[in-house]
Amino acid sequence: MELLAYILVDGLIYGAWLFIVSLGLTLVFGILNILNMAHGSLYAIGAYAAASAVGAYFALGGEAFPFGSYAAMVIGAIFVALILGPLLEYGLLRHFYGRDHVILVLVTYGVFLILEDAMKLIWGVTPLFVSEPYSLLGNVEFGPLYYVTYDFLVIAVAILVGLGVWFVLNRTKRGKVVLAVIHDREMSKTMGVNVDRVFLISFTLGVFLAALGGALTAPMISVSPSIGVNVIILAFAVVIIGGLGSIEGAAIGALFVGIARAASVHLLPEAELFVIYLVMAIVLVFRPEGLFQKTQARKI
Amino acid sequence: MSSENWKNTVKKTATKFAAAVAITGAIGVGAAAAQETFKVGIVTFLSGGAAESFGIPAWNGGELLINLLNQGGVLPPPYDQPGFGGMMIEAIPVDESGGATKQVQEFRNLVQRENVDAVLGYVSSGDCLAIPPVADELKAFTILYDCGTPRVFEEGSYEYVFRTAAHAAMDNISLARYMESRGIEANTIAGINQDYAWGQDSWADFVASMSVLVPDAEVETALFPKIFAGQYGTEISALIRVNADVVHSSLWGGDLQAFVLQAGPRGLFERSQVALAAGDHVMPQLGNKMPDGVIIGARGMNGLAARANASPLTNLLWEAYEEEYGVFPVQAPFRMWQGILGLKVAVETAMAANGGNKPTAEELAAAMTGQEWEAPSGLIQMVLGNGHQAIQPNAIGTTKWDDATGQMTLVDIEYYSATCVNPPAGVKAIDWIHDGFPGAVCD
Repeated sequence: MELLAYILVDGLIYGAWLFIVSLGLTLVFGILNILNMAHGSLYAIGAYAAASAVGAYFALGGEAFPFGSYAAMVIGAIFVALILGPLLEYGLLRHFYGRDHVILVLVTYGVFLILEDAMKLIWGVTPLFVSEPYSLLGNVEFGPLYYVTYDFLVIAVAILVGLGVWFVLNRTKRGKVVLAVIHDREMSKTMGVNVDRVFLISFTLGVFLAALGGALTAPMISVSPSIGVNVIILAFAVVIIGGLGSIEGAAIGALFVGIARAASVHLLPEAELFVIYLVMAIVLVFRPEGLFQKTQARKI
Repeated sequence: MSSENWKNTVKKTATKFAAAVAITGAIGVGAAAAQETFKVGIVTFLSGGAAESFGIPAWNGGELLINLLNQGGVLPPPYDQPGFGGMMIEAIPVDESGGATKQVQEFRNLVQRENVDAVLGYVSSGDCLAIPPVADELKAFTILYDCGTPRVFEEGSYEYVFRTAAHAAMDNISLARYMESRGIEANTIAGINQDYAWGQDSWADFVASMSVLVPDAEVETALFPKIFAGQYGTEISALIRVNADVVHSSLWGGDLQAFVLQAGPRGLFERSQVALAAGDHVMPQLGNKMPDGVIIGARGMNGLAARANASPLTNLLWEAYEEEYGVFPVQAPFRMWQGILGLKVAVETAMAANGGNKPTAEELAAAMTGQEWEAPSGLIQMVLGNGHQAIQPNAIGTTKWDDATGQMTLVDIEYYSATCVNPPAGVKAIDWIHDGFPGAVCD
């Protein structure tokens, strides 16, 4: 029973982190129909930006109020989104809409490679550490285990962000406009919807979510080049399980992966990597579109 | 690089080159040798996950040593002659990232287009297994300076290929010996190692060594997260839950840094004795975030363990490195140094035998076979693999933060002679461990 509780807690923590990282990917695919291979780099840049922002915060006397470092992390992610979102969407991706999926995958893969080198040019290869926010909230005792309270903050952020995006999309007028664009962008255009603006804002939001994932991760790791590579693989697994473009799917997919992985680490560590893709394979056998993707009629 | 930085770099290099030429002339090296250069292709990770921990520090150390050698008269004898036997050393750096197939192509480019006189490189074991057959095919003198897999010379035999660092079995044999000699309680052990050859082999060597030296030790759990996983929360829970006496890890680079940052606040280091087989390279970056009391290896008598042993050669290179890069050298530059110094010894030995001419690959291979030389990491002896594979001494210590200097230090350092932690010639490392280290000579 105790072991089950550990598996659930560990799975929830990992799943929450995965959900934040995956949400932007599934959102961009759902709205813009782009499988964004550069998502991992945007995550890494978010981590770098947060590390720089927190470093600057403490350098400018933030020791007096260390909790302000959390705001610095979020500001770092917003900064990344406001610069890279419009730059990539307006400056590059817009010119490829309507082309084959594969073209957009190649374009975003190119962006991924460029951003990987850009990070090295800006921040170098020496890792950055900003572990202060990680230990700032202390520990939570759970049986014989200590968990860092920051891990539960990540769960709270995941819930807030997930509910927030869901609410905006499903319960607000602007969200309804976005849903209209998702369902039929030509028809939306004829009805007077500024589809270009919807795409710009949606992509920027996707970049923000990727950067936020990186920003929240930065205090737990050494921020160094290539941290985005593995993340993109995991994020793809999550959104494929949940169904490309589905927020609920990403949440359930992240939870499935998190708990399956935690169970494996505790019970059968040899299968830790295998189990993630086993979950994905099982879901795809029974639901090839993913758990929450509705089967769509193809337009002719 | 900004134009100002670029100008400074060019100016600095020109000054060093001018000084090297002046010194070379001053000590009377023959005119032909002074004008000739010895081209070395240096292959290491300049980008990717292993760059920050291994590739860049190694290249920095290599560039520094080559500049000092070219100046001549800076290093203590027998390394005081300029360059290699009077020839200026010209290094051609190549990025090791991209996988073995790309590296084979890069190797061919170095040999056939750049016409290098020797290739010195390779951190990745995959690259170290892919390059030797090509080196022999091209008859190109090649030094593997860093990679750890014992398979290179345990499963193969090459004429032109040498490895100037001990293979990785030494790391974990030394850790187990440290557990035994220090009387560290190790009734139960657990491991967290990356899920590829390096992590799997390290764990296998450690468990096998412990089963010989501490026969009562039982394995509680063995975790193998993916390389570059970054998130270890679940693994840390599992390690704390099994509450093993000793937690072994050969994690490296960003993975090790993340593991330490995440495990520290959760109390793993207080509950278990953590032993990091190759952990010294993260100490400069982690500073006091690395807890006290962690057992650390450096894949040789490298880094802080070498500094504590203080030879004039070590001190000189240590201080030059610190001054140039603002950080103390860890294992990677030490392995680069022993490779370059080994190459220098081989070149000068071959030149002594051929009347002072630039040696051919065959002459270099003959000079390097069974060679031995002093390096900042101790005496390097090419005794395995028919004289092509080095053995070297090793050291294991325990971390302790020094408030006075604001630096991490190593205490309780145990030094192991090369013959104590490396198998004898003709014996595979894992067989030697399983047989109980027959013939081991420990000081």
